[in-house]
Amino acid sequence: MPEITSPARMEHLEELIQFVARHAETAGFAIGRIREIELAAEEILVNIFHYAYPSMEGDVSIACRSEDGSLILEFSDTGVPFNALDVPAPDLAADISDRNVGGLGVFFVKKMADEARYRRERDHNVLMLVFDHHRPGSEGRVRTGNVET
Amino acid sequence: MEIANTGKEKDRFIVAVTGRMDAVTAPEFESRLLNWINAGETHLVVDFGGLEYISSAGLRSILTIAKNLKTRQGHMALCVLQDTVKEVFEISGFSTIIPVFESIDAAIKET
Repeated sequence: MPEITSPARMEHLEELIQFVARHAETAGFAIGRIREIELAAEEILVNIFHYAYPSMEGDVSIACRSEDGSLILEFSDTGVPFNALDVPAPDLAADISDRNVGGLGVFFVKKMADEARYRRERDHNVLMLVFDHHRPGSEGRVRTGNVET
Repeated sequence: MEIANTGKEKDRFIVAVTGRMDAVTAPEFESRLLNWINAGETHLVVDFGGLEYISSAGLRSILTIAKNLKTRQGHMALCVLQDTVKEVFEISGFSTIIPVFESIDAAIKET
């Protein structure tokens, strides 16, 4: 399974995102969907860069695999136990003055991924994201069948 | 990401942004625009026609700029969003708080 590990710092964002984008491309995902996958990956990575290692340096790893036409990404770090998926959604209706973007990143992750799961595995935080070829609820998805009603 | 002032029309200061606005590049966008605002350019039209990607960090910078402009009775309009960028604006509700237009001309005329 292809995997990349790098220090959990902002200057490595680009190479980590490129790793994810390359695998999405190899797995045959369309460019628009690749951008959505990149978005989810960036939001998870930036969360890890900011919060996983409050008092020391640490690494982040991403493992990619394809399964039944889906792309599965697993982000792992050895930082403080933290489930980003628990972050509450922002108020999307507030006007400019009251608007706050806290929680927006995780909100995007949940919108873009078909499945998102967190687990604490020994001293690792592991966040797994599953992406099908179309965003959940998108027009492309609706056209593929009527199983989702 | 590239940021450039591409002109001024009817008092609207036009800025073109190309490339990717992510957690690494968004601070640069924010500081460049705040510099222009501090220099007195408080009516902005931002052309995102060449912007292929934006994340929540980019939205955070746009919000900071919009809040700053509001305190000065200034204004910012965005135009020509590519599909993925438009999707991010719609999902986040940003398209209801920041005016978005289909062309630079429309953004200049209607703001």
